[in-house]
Amino acid sequence: MQAKKRYLLVSLGACLLLVAYLWGLQIGEFHNQNHHQHIYRVAQRPGLRLHRQHWPEWTHPLSPYLEDGEQEQDSPLLHHQHTSPRERREIRNNIYKSRRCRMDTCFDFRRCQRGFKVYVYPLPKGEKVSESYQKILTAVEDSRFHTTDVNQACLFVLGIDTLDRDQLSGQYVHNVKAKIQSLPTWNDGRNHLIFNLYSGTWPDYTEELGFDIGQAILAKASIDMDNFRPHFDVSIPLFSKDHSQKGGDKGYLTLNNVPPSRKYLLVFKGKRYLTGIGSETRNALYHIHNGEDIILLTTCKHGKDWEKHKDTRCDRENEEYSKFDYQELLHNSSFCLVPRGRRLGSFRFLEALQAACIPVLLSNGWELPFSEIIDWSKAAIIGDERLLLQVPSITRSVDHDKILALRQQTQFLWDAYFSSVAKIVLTTLEIIQDRINSHISRNKLMWNSLPGGLYVLPQFSTDAAVFPFYYSSLGKSPSQEFTAVIQAVTPLQSQLQPLVKLIIAVAKSKFCAQIIVLWNCDKPLPSKNKWPSTAVPITVIEGERKTMSSRFFPHDVILTDAVLSLDEDSVLSTNEVDFAFFVWHSFPDRIVGYPARSHYWDSSKSRWGYTSKWTNEYSMVLTGAAFYHRYYHYLYTHYLPPSLLTMVDRMSNCEDILMNFLVSAVTKLPPIKVTQKKQYKETMMQQGSKTSRWADPDHFAQRQTCMNSFSGWFGFMPLLHSQMRLDPVLFKDQVSILRKKYRDIERL
Amino acid sequence: MCASGKYTSRGPALIPRMKTKHRIYYITLFSVVLLGLIATGMFQFWPHSIESTAEWSLDRRSVHDAPLVRLPVSSPIPERGDLSCRMHTCFDVYRCGYNPKNRIKVYIYPLQRFVDEVGVPISSTGLSREYNDLLSAISDSDFYTDDVTRACLFVPSIDVLNQNSLRIRETAQALAMLPRWDKGMNHLLFNMLPGGPPDYSTALDVPRDRALLAGGGFSTWTYRQGYDVSIPVYSPLSADVELPEKQPGPRRYFILSSQTAIHREYRAELERLKEENGEALLLLDKCSNLSQGAASARKRCYKGQVFDYPQILQESSFCVVLRGARLGQATLSDVLQAGCIPVILADSYILPFSEVLDWKRASVVIPEEKLPEMYTILKSIPHRQVEEMQRQTRWFWDAYFSSMKAIGMTALEIINDRIYPYAARTYEQWNNPPVVKWSSVNSPLFLPLIPPRSPGFTAVVLTYDRIESLFRVITEISKVPSLAKLLVVWNNQNKSPPEESLWPKIAVPLKVVRTKENKLSNRFFPYDEIETEAVLAIDDDIIMLTSDELQFGYEVWREFPDRLVGYPGRLHLWDHEMGKWKYESEWTNEVSMVLTGAAFYHKYFNYLYTYKMPGDIKNWVDAHMNCEDIAMNFLVANITGKAPIKVTPRKKFKCPECTAIDGLSLDQTHMVERSECINKFASVFGTMPLKVVEHRADPVLYKDDFPEKLKSFPNIGSL
Repeated sequence: MQAKKRYLLVSLGACLLLVAYLWGLQIGEFHNQNHHQHIYRVAQRPGLRLHRQHWPEWTHPLSPYLEDGEQEQDSPLLHHQHTSPRERREIRNNIYKSRRCRMDTCFDFRRCQRGFKVYVYPLPKGEKVSESYQKILTAVEDSRFHTTDVNQACLFVLGIDTLDRDQLSGQYVHNVKAKIQSLPTWNDGRNHLIFNLYSGTWPDYTEELGFDIGQAILAKASIDMDNFRPHFDVSIPLFSKDHSQKGGDKGYLTLNNVPPSRKYLLVFKGKRYLTGIGSETRNALYHIHNGEDIILLTTCKHGKDWEKHKDTRCDRENEEYSKFDYQELLHNSSFCLVPRGRRLGSFRFLEALQAACIPVLLSNGWELPFSEIIDWSKAAIIGDERLLLQVPSITRSVDHDKILALRQQTQFLWDAYFSSVAKIVLTTLEIIQDRINSHISRNKLMWNSLPGGLYVLPQFSTDAAVFPFYYSSLGKSPSQEFTAVIQAVTPLQSQLQPLVKLIIAVAKSKFCAQIIVLWNCDKPLPSKNKWPSTAVPITVIEGERKTMSSRFFPHDVILTDAVLSLDEDSVLSTNEVDFAFFVWHSFPDRIVGYPARSHYWDSSKSRWGYTSKWTNEYSMVLTGAAFYHRYYHYLYTHYLPPSLLTMVDRMSNCEDILMNFLVSAVTKLPPIKVTQKKQYKETMMQQGSKTSRWADPDHFAQRQTCMNSFSGWFGFMPLLHSQMRLDPVLFKDQVSILRKKYRDIERL
Repeated sequence: MCASGKYTSRGPALIPRMKTKHRIYYITLFSVVLLGLIATGMFQFWPHSIESTAEWSLDRRSVHDAPLVRLPVSSPIPERGDLSCRMHTCFDVYRCGYNPKNRIKVYIYPLQRFVDEVGVPISSTGLSREYNDLLSAISDSDFYTDDVTRACLFVPSIDVLNQNSLRIRETAQALAMLPRWDKGMNHLLFNMLPGGPPDYSTALDVPRDRALLAGGGFSTWTYRQGYDVSIPVYSPLSADVELPEKQPGPRRYFILSSQTAIHREYRAELERLKEENGEALLLLDKCSNLSQGAASARKRCYKGQVFDYPQILQESSFCVVLRGARLGQATLSDVLQAGCIPVILADSYILPFSEVLDWKRASVVIPEEKLPEMYTILKSIPHRQVEEMQRQTRWFWDAYFSSMKAIGMTALEIINDRIYPYAARTYEQWNNPPVVKWSSVNSPLFLPLIPPRSPGFTAVVLTYDRIESLFRVITEISKVPSLAKLLVVWNNQNKSPPEESLWPKIAVPLKVVRTKENKLSNRFFPYDEIETEAVLAIDDDIIMLTSDELQFGYEVWREFPDRLVGYPGRLHLWDHEMGKWKYESEWTNEVSMVLTGAAFYHKYFNYLYTYKMPGDIKNWVDAHMNCEDIAMNFLVANITGKAPIKVTPRKKFKCPECTAIDGLSLDQTHMVERSECINKFASVFGTMPLKVVEHRADPVLYKDDFPEKLKSFPNIGSL
């Protein structure tokens, strides 16, 4: 009994405890709830509204928006028997003309089946075109797309100057309509490209060109979104007649100083229109001008009778206007205002871009230059004319990192697409080419990051990951293998020949995937057993044209990212190859090689000089022994003009210089020299090897000539100097050789 | 629970032996109490849902309770919709205002049931499940406001997703009746199936004044670029079917066509392609023997062979998405979900979200005319790219297609970006899948600039009280030609720096900054006094570096302004035994860090170190008085993805006379601490950003057999 009582007591106690515990929990929960509630209230706006009215939950199940099989009802088979797709396309092509033109309806793709070729009409007899238009025509004619055969043409460019269609302008060409209609291949403008910078005239500045462009593509500055036919027209920037033909002035940014904010926050200096179209925004600028860090200067002094219209602000503003130097403002401001003028685009835009002054655009409805491909939000602040008063706070809110990034992007874009007429024209042509074969075109990443779309040929690949430029932005790295490409010019006779030694040394590298021998020798191909046996496959390619440029031909067999280009007489050890490849892996967009050369400006002859002397700096690395990305083979073969390639072939010289020009033009960086055991070539020359082209005295003079022809074509000197050489970390250090990974490099 | 307790208390009486009785009793009691505890514990977890349903129950309503609105026949009809509308002409931006969060506010009209004069509803379905999902997603998002006066964008609750179920005229009248309609200004309509037979226009036919349209199936002629938003056609299968993500790689079929309503001419073309290329193509159609209904939507057939849809889509590399009578196809969504690369044949179609998404990375667009060439075109795409695109398709689906919520939020985000363009999401944010975002770097110093030599560099010397040594350092550095300024950071609060007259006389300005606290991070503070881009951080005991060595270091920095350029290099290693990182100061063949006892770097990194150092690293370094150099190496490598550059053979800083202090034990604790730093930092960064290289930079003619006096940097010191 006692035991029973005890049990009862214990269990009762347990029960009580449990109840107490549960109760305790309840209270805790209650507290929690209260707590939540509290936070909830605090989070509310101080409108004393306790509950936000949310979208309710419905008690009844709702029906789906799409009944099963409803999509099938779309089927042209089930409903009203539709015309066949082909007929539908025909109908569409007839409806969507002129203002509703699209590539599908107004462009004849069949003309482009043999490639994207551009034909320029000859200038009509006795007619002159403006300086700017001449530059455009020259740019087309210099490009690799140009053809002189009208039957080959995919795109036609007029020989009639259509740049200035302002009737009041001296450059205005009359009777354009008649002249165009008389062109034999006009065909209502189909596949024609018309350039225009100015259209319409005072007072309303419409976008009227004064003639019917029919189905032609319009490449126009200051184009309005309303008139812009998306993916058909091209918006180009307004450029002055002094704009460079090619090459182009550099951007002004040389330093990335931190903090990046400059003396002024926002500047503008330009005309103010007292009345008429486009006057509103510029008339209102004075509201945000503060005379300290926001300097917005306008003048009414333009045109003949400005004094007639002048208002009360004019005199004071004119005075202040003359106090500031425009260039000084450009260089010392973080942001530059680009308000619309009479037309939507203005010169201020390119000026700001070049000056690394981040453009703040106030031009509603302006289809920005090359908007189809350029992501302007990365280089400019796109404002709204209606929100002028917000501009100061918006510009002030941009943080340091963003200013740095925007500013650098202005420089990239300026240099990639705008700094010369040739670049503007080429970009226009490339945009059109990308549309023609939409599945072989550049993506936005390629257009908007270094080195820019003009150097990225989608025919090589549409995948950004196989180019040498995007590894870090895609979080990838180049493959761990290379292909050795050896240029052979002497017959294979002995196993002690340098070529054989070279093959054996290179094949020993653990990174070597394959060896390709380009048989550029007049003697017949040696039999298979003559080649040394190696662990990696050797492919021998007999060139059809045994030319110098063929060593850079993008053979399909080259699959690795890295190429090791070699002359047959190069002397390299496995150690040197391994080390250089390791270095290349850190700099996959550059040439990494052994012997280096330099260029200099010879002011006495005012031309570029070439030197092979030992100097403290270098700007080229010989491609007789160098690593680079296989894409450069493609670029060399397909990007460079035939004129330069034939020059190289004719002289059998300079191919390495040209490759260095190309890579430095793309990367804007010097090549990289790594250390080597012996002084390559120099020692070879002393041995007096007769076959070597290096012994030829003309050889040097030719290289000098090459330098100047190449820089002429590029329009600038792309080569840059470097003062350093990369050595293995323990190179020639006084530590045990056993500790060193690359021992052979320092052994003599 | 008490009842059962009583029951167990009675239980033992039936058991004869006391001891067992006891034991059993206590065990039972114990388990009962335990059970009770578990039960209450479980109860703790539930309340969230219970609570929320309780809260929601306030808002649980019947659709039929929504107020009824009768539309008079004469009720005004909006205008057809202006094709020239753009944000700057048809959108009232003043409603959105300038706000620091750069977020638009979206208002949703309460649900109403619109009927015409005779009481027939304007829509056969009323509010659909999908539109309801969309509206509740908006309502739950931070775009939402219930205050109509603060709204920037208005979303009607009139469901126009599917035009088939609408009475056009009456729907338009209903829109015009909305209290804030105001010519449709700032109103956003969502429509996925526009048009109707026989013409199937490509935008919603309901007259809508200036309202923005988020439409599925726009053509280039109806889409108002920069105004409308092109959205996908939501596939109802998305909600029902879960397709696990499949690893990118080769698939069983090369091309798959799964649509059931393809024009017979196109089907003929596809069949021709199949004849030519055989097994690589799979052409599916409706199953003729299955009855209509839900089941049939999930099956596809080829010659009597039945396949599960959409699972079969995962078996192919490419999937054809052909236009039907409409341009937008729900199939696109299924195809993306399956990680199959869409091959889109729909001329003039504006792809979903094309304003922000780069479809070239996730699809192949081929003109309808070129259908016969499809196989050849697709074959030319390399495998690597196919895998990349497969990954991209799935990412697009996950982020922007997977639910009505995703679609709605993306559309609002796009509009938001237009209104606050300066705060818009970037191309990378929109297009890079998380794996790429994680592994890629986006350095703010991306432009290849070799800065001019002339501005020189600023030497920042951190010192405490070693005045003699400090003065020697100052004298030595002042010999470097490109030195522009010397900044002494006086880290000793108890002692004042020596009088001005005592300092060495040097040719460049010398400034002393006194710090408030003795912290290591003071060395990396972006002092206003530093006016050059290049900073040389140097300790007050580094006297062994020659002037040539320093000048050369500066020259190398100019070629690599976004890297740390230093002298002695160090390495991090993975210790397999311990399973963690290890610091290595042996003289190895590799380098992944340089010591900042003397190193050149860009002043920008001072900003990063001081203001953007992740986690608590900065405080950690200050507390331990160690590893500030490792932290700097991590920071720079993480933002640039690049290794530092070690220059010259220099391997150590300590002068011979200093080594006496360094006992072996001290050295070892030092090493342990530095290894600890690496592990700590790697965990804070969430990754190991350091990159290993095997090279160092020497002057071009270093150790070459060449007259020393002709070399630019003849006096490069030793180890």
